[in-house]
This record gives sequence, structure tokens and C-alpha cells, in this order.
Amino acid sequence: MTIEFTLNGEKVAYEGSPLRRLIDVLREDFGLIGVKEGCGEGECGACSVLIDGKNVPSCILPVGAVAGREIYTIEGLRDTEQFNILMDCFAEAGAVQCGFCTPGMIIASVALLKHNPKPSEEEIRHWLAGNLCRCSGMNMIVEAVKLASERGIQW
Amino acid sequence: MVNGYRPQTLDEALEIRANTGAIPLAGGTDLMVRHKNIPGALPKFEEPVVFISHLEEIRGVKAEDGIVKIGAATTLAELENDEKIPAVLREAISNMAARNVRHIATIGGNVCNASPAGDTLVPLYALDAGVKLASTNGVRTLPVQDFITGPGQTALAPDEILTEIVIPTRSFTKEYYRKVGTRKAMALSRVSFAALADVNGGLIEDIRFAFGAVAPTVVRSREIEKQFISRTVDEIKGDAPQWAQKFAPLLKPIDDQRASAQYRRKVAINLAVYFIEEIL
Repeated sequence: MTIEFTLNGEKVAYEGSPLRRLIDVLREDFGLIGVKEGCGEGECGACSVLIDGKNVPSCILPVGAVAGREIYTIEGLRDTEQFNILMDCFAEAGAVQCGFCTPGMIIASVALLKHNPKPSEEEIRHWLAGNLCRCSGMNMIVEAVKLASERGIQW
Repeated sequence: MVNGYRPQTLDEALEIRANTGAIPLAGGTDLMVRHKNIPGALPKFEEPVVFISHLEEIRGVKAEDGIVKIGAATTLAELENDEKIPAVLREAISNMAARNVRHIATIGGNVCNASPAGDTLVPLYALDAGVKLASTNGVRTLPVQDFITGPGQTALAPDEILTEIVIPTRSFTKEYYRKVGTRKAMALSRVSFAALADVNGGLIEDIRFAFGAVAPTVVRSREIEKQFISRTVDEIKGDAPQWAQKFAPLLKPIDDQRASAQYRRKVAINLAVYFIEEIL
């Protein structure tokens, strides 16, 4: 089956089983290894991507479900002004230790800040609840998102 | 290799379902985990799969003729912010998984998964919800408690697709929902509880209790509920533990990694006592 979708701003076509996990297609076929596999069960958020602006775990989503949708991975955000603000805020807040959860955390933060550029702390925690940091940097990550919001990040 | 189908219309999906026995896959958040394989390999589906999450005919919420109609492929994230959805159901949904999973998980998927700990089921039982099932031969509607027949078991025929959840539009003067899990997000329910009541001039006119994760299917008893009707709130509150205990014989919880049966039984009754004493 051919599945067409937009990936990091470009129209792409995938040819193969629609049952393959989106994470495998992104990593193996498109070389987008910023998409990390943690739990493989949608529990940890390391594999998060944006689909039509919403953060979604790509390890439990078959590629057949994304036809016609707009997908962004961390690689597709790299050159945006907003990503650079977020990256600075993550660095300043000390929100990165081993870095494995970071792409997923950034994706979740982007989805939240698109939804609401001025979220409350409760809302930040609510939106990041599906992303786990095992270095225990959760509070610093929440601080980083607050900082980005204070700096007036806008989409 | 099993096939995946991506129909353009519901009719086409129903044809595929009838002809191939394909499993409907909406958000996939339960099915993909159940059929998980090693990383990089295809998920282990034994039957073909028909994708339905993109079908507009089974998406969205309408309130008409005194009924809230929820398309089965509407995502949980869409429902948690929709004012047309009864508050008790929205409360349950906002406690399910986490926002990222709710962006793809659907209400129809949660209902068809028929887990004893399925979090939409508890409010749906309390709200007298029904499910609309379509096949190439037509459409039928069942009350949700007749649709769910056991753990992971439903009355869905091999050629049917769940297309809509229907809830009578109705407000209650008292509403309560509580999920008890290991943490706030991403936890499966150890116990969940929904209760609704109409109290007028101190008299109970309608009352519903639904308990989740304490039996093979959600526990609700219209017989016990009837005993509350036309009594005063003061009378019930005066002996809350005894009234709550009426449900105890219906609770048949299991021991598992999330909680012991004894814990589940105790917490379920405590939640009913809390509702009677503090909310009613």
C-alpha cells in the first residue's frame, strides 16, 4: 500500500505494509533517529512526534493511520526560531541530563505551547505527563517550559 | 503477511469487515500494544486490519433530539474539551492515560476493548449509554451493559463496526467520579467509581452507582438503586455505610499486580460511602 503524508514540511510517499509502526518507518526509512524508542508501549513518550500539531507516541501508531496528515519530528523543528528558544530554555533550566527523553519532551512542549502559549504549571504537568524522564529532571523540564512561555514563544 | 485496509467510506469499511473479517483499528493504542512485536518488526496481527480512525462519518459529537451522539472514532482529547459531553464522562476521560495518548485513542476503541478497568465504561453505564452497531445488513443499538459481555468480550458480530455511542441528554443535581490508580497519569484503574443523582427538596428522585475494575464487567444494580428512590437524603446519609454495603455482594474483584481483591472491595465501598456522605 502507498501512504502519502507530509514529513517535516515535505510531501513523502511510503510504500509497504500499513501495519508497520510509524516509529520504525521514521527511523529506518527516513533516517530520523531523533525519534527514540523507550518502552514501545506508549507509556514513556520518547517516540513522540507532532501529527497535525498534536504530540502523539509513534511507537503505537501504525503508519496506515497517518495518510494525508502532517508529521513533524524533532529534526523538522531544528531550524525554527521557536525550537531555538526552547533549546536555550532547556539548557538554562538544566532540563537535559542523558538527553534520551529530550526530543519527546520538546515535542510535547511544542504541542502544549501551540495549544496555549501561556500555560499554568498544572497544565504543563498535565501535558508532559505522558513523557518520562528517568534522570529525574522533571521539575527542571517544567521550569524550561515556563521559561519559554515567559519569553513569549509564539506559533 | 496480514493485510491492512484503508477504506474511504464507512460502507466500504463494512464491506471489508464482512468479506475479510478484518479487525477495526481506530487509535490503535490498545491493539498495537496487544500485538506488540520486537522493535523494527511488524506487529503480530493474525487477522487483517481495517483502519477506521479517518472516517468522518464516525467522528465528532452531535447533540440532537435529546441525545448526545458521539462518533466512535472521536479521540479522547476531542471529547475532554467538548461541552456537549456529560461532565462525569469528561472527568473520566481527562484521567485516562495522558494527553499524548488521548490525541489518538478513541472512545469506540475503549468501549470495544471491554476491559474491566476501561475508564469510559463506568460513566457510560451510569449515564444509560447505548452503542450503535453497523453492518452491511443494517444498524442495531444496544445498551452498553448488554454490549459488554465479559472481560475483553463484546456482543460485536464479526461483520459489525461500532459507529456511535449514544447518551440521553440529561443533567443531574449530583455528580461524582473518582479513579484510583498508582499515579495521576498513565495508570490503569485499581478501582473507578461514578455516581449520579437527582435530589429535589431533599428527596432522591434518581440515583445511579457504577463501579469499575471490581468485577468482570462494570457493576451497576438498578434493583439496589431503586431502594434509594423517594427516600430523603438525610435518611441515607444517616446510615451511609450500610447503604453502600448493599453493593458489596456484587463486587467480585481479583488480585493482580495493581491491587489486591481485598483492597479493591474496600476502596469501592469507601467511595460509595464518600459519595453518600459528602456529595449527595
